[in-house]
Amino acid sequence: MIAELGQFALALALVVAVAQSTVPLIGAARGDAALTAFARPAAYVQLACIVVAFAALTHAYVTHDFSVVNVARNSHSTMPFLYRLTGVWGNHEGSMLLWILILALMSAAVAGFGANLPEALRARVLAVQGMIGTAFLLFTLFTSNPFARQFPPPMDGRELNPLLQDPGLAFHPPWLYLGYVGFSVAFSFAVAALIEGKVDPAWARWVRPWTLFAWVALTIGIALGSWWAYYELGWGGWWFWDPVENASFMPWIIGAALLHSAVVVEKRDALKSWTILLALVAFSFSLIGTFLVRSGVLTSVHAFAVDPARGVFILMILLVAIGGSLALYAWRAPMLKSGGLFQPLSREGALVLNNLLLATGAATVLLGTLYPLFMDVLGAGKVSVGPPYFNATFVPLMVPLVIAMGVGPLLSWKRADLGGALSRLTVAASATVVVIVLVLYASGGSGFFAAAGLGLAAWLFVATVIELVGRLRLFRAPLSESLDRWRALPRSALGMTVAHAGLAVAIAGMTASTLFQEEKILAMRSGDTVAIRGYELRFQGVTAVPGPNYQADRARFVVTSGGAPVTVLSPERRFYPVQRQQTTEAAIHTTGLADLYVVVGDSDGRGAWTVRVYHNPLVPWIWAGCMIMALGGGLSLTDRRLRVGAPKRRLQPAE
Amino acid sequence: MRWLYLAPVAIFAVVAGYFAVGLTRDPGTLPSALLNKPAPEFALPPLNPDKPGLATADLKGAPVLVNVWASWCVPCRAEHPILIRLAREVPVLGFNYKDKTEDARRFLAELGDPYAKIGTDPTGRAAIDWGVYGVPETFVVDAEGRIRHRHVGPLTDRVVAETIRPLLKSLAR
Repeated sequence: MIAELGQFALALALVVAVAQSTVPLIGAARGDAALTAFARPAAYVQLACIVVAFAALTHAYVTHDFSVVNVARNSHSTMPFLYRLTGVWGNHEGSMLLWILILALMSAAVAGFGANLPEALRARVLAVQGMIGTAFLLFTLFTSNPFARQFPPPMDGRELNPLLQDPGLAFHPPWLYLGYVGFSVAFSFAVAALIEGKVDPAWARWVRPWTLFAWVALTIGIALGSWWAYYELGWGGWWFWDPVENASFMPWIIGAALLHSAVVVEKRDALKSWTILLALVAFSFSLIGTFLVRSGVLTSVHAFAVDPARGVFILMILLVAIGGSLALYAWRAPMLKSGGLFQPLSREGALVLNNLLLATGAATVLLGTLYPLFMDVLGAGKVSVGPPYFNATFVPLMVPLVIAMGVGPLLSWKRADLGGALSRLTVAASATVVVIVLVLYASGGSGFFAAAGLGLAAWLFVATVIELVGRLRLFRAPLSESLDRWRALPRSALGMTVAHAGLAVAIAGMTASTLFQEEKILAMRSGDTVAIRGYELRFQGVTAVPGPNYQADRARFVVTSGGAPVTVLSPERRFYPVQRQQTTEAAIHTTGLADLYVVVGDSDGRGAWTVRVYHNPLVPWIWAGCMIMALGGGLSLTDRRLRVGAPKRRLQPAE
Repeated sequence: MRWLYLAPVAIFAVVAGYFAVGLTRDPGTLPSALLNKPAPEFALPPLNPDKPGLATADLKGAPVLVNVWASWCVPCRAEHPILIRLAREVPVLGFNYKDKTEDARRFLAELGDPYAKIGTDPTGRAAIDWGVYGVPETFVVDAEGRIRHRHVGPLTDRVVAETIRPLLKSLAR
């Protein structure tokens, strides 16, 4: 009964979405206030319907209603409560429902927070949101119904994929979708602006918080996914350039570019049509990611729900949404009037460079991701594109970007004095040289790439700090003045400083963990020891430990350093009998500067176990850096001037 | 300049075309890319001074098995007795993957040495060309040096009886 209620609510949501995507648009075109005003209540009702549907599916999971096919396929009576909840989105149908829920949430947020938006613009934005909602509700109802029943119901379910029964992965999809779907708002704003034929600084100010929110959520989502891959897949790696990882990374890059180009629109009334294009492309990449994951055109460790019928449906959505919006762009964008002029050497110029490099970076990732598909279609055979391609193309593009990131914030708008900016960066340049020399010395001259990566991180970090110090006039003015400046510092400026510093931290982590990783793979018997980077691990055998829905072999390693006890590590191998699947649970000892990482593998049945031990320097900095970046974005989001809905169109940007 | 605004939609149209055709293909059928192709060019140094290393030329002349193994790999221990038996029927060539010389030697001293030749690939570079993604793996190579079969995971008596031996028999003819 409750599942049927859910299905009914979903169908009702579709009806509302169709109305939401047409009525306000007609109203805005005719200047009919009654029709325009329909947009907001429609967004709220649509959200309410989808909340009911989502609650109904959650209810089916929590109460073990195995007559619902989706529950029977992805749940089991012995599964812990947390995974029964997260199992709701741990499968194709349920995750589509989550996607739609978040989309409706974003629409309702635009309706609720957008009180200061002009009526017509808000109506158009909500109408475009309604169109996206219509497309995905149709997709869900017709190809991926989460409420389908089966009779008679099976005795028990088939359980959630054991790899997904993990707290890290439980919260990875909601954040990721908040990011993916969050870009829909920027997309809708861009389409609405193209319809109106008007982009001005106020428009950029309305779009920025939404973009910032989506970008922060995506940052957290990607970081959670990478962290999960690190400790759950058992290879000590944290990024594999897998198509699905790339699918989340491309909107992130474009989102970062959009954040920066929107600043130029807001402050200088320039780069308008480019910013509109980025807003369209960011969400297009989100949609392409959805297509790649769910259609089965590419193989990936994530590939779930491979079904050509679904692929065709999503392709239709892509054609309408991406093809349609880009065609609209081709038609309307040339009419947008360009505003402020600027010299190449200026803050605007630096942001253009940032945008060019980020966009090229996204293009190289796209090419690498789709290359196997292109080759297959052209009949050139099955190929796979691996990390060497991305390391050779994407990484070098990021080098000038990071160098420019150190200089850009020091340049003034319109026309800048590069010499003056560079002279302020002597400390950063010295720090970079010191780090490079130290790394080269420590590695015996072989660590060229490590020196370059860590040097870049030092450059970016110190340059970012110098920019903040300059803003506060610290050490140059009396302390009281600096304190006053600190209090008056706009949150968005502080947010930039924090986010750039976070990237520096993450770059250091990525470089050191990739290039200085030490790996030992060996067969061990109880009593054997292995030494790695100053640690000694004594293997004390494996004991069988029962879990709620699995059987674990838990190994025990006593870790000492120079004879002094450090910790005891207990990696596990878990066997899930329902799915007949094995998972590894790495044991990690972290000092904040490095991780000691142990996984236990197969046994030969006579007391020897495959053991892999890794020492990963600075690896925690990757996720710490991502969280600092997200924090920077969050700080910027709390800026009074950017607070959602706060700006009014008549006001000139305060400078 | 106006045509420039058409570029995004044009690029998307091309990509969408690929997507449409791609939907009709099944990427799941990923056989060994090297199946029925000549084995990749490689030359690996020997493990022991008294036994030769392994190079492309060694694969020509008669059908052989190429076994990828490592001392740290526990399933390799499980398949080892089978390799020792197989070595009486067909030359088994060893491809020592990401291993330490002394560990590999100790492994063979302890369990016996089925290999006619052993090449060492301490960095795993040559294994990438072979498309190896885990140990153990076993390749059947015909007299012309072409890869005819790839088995991922430890060999079992059943795999040998149902796949490897019949294939070797047909190659011998």
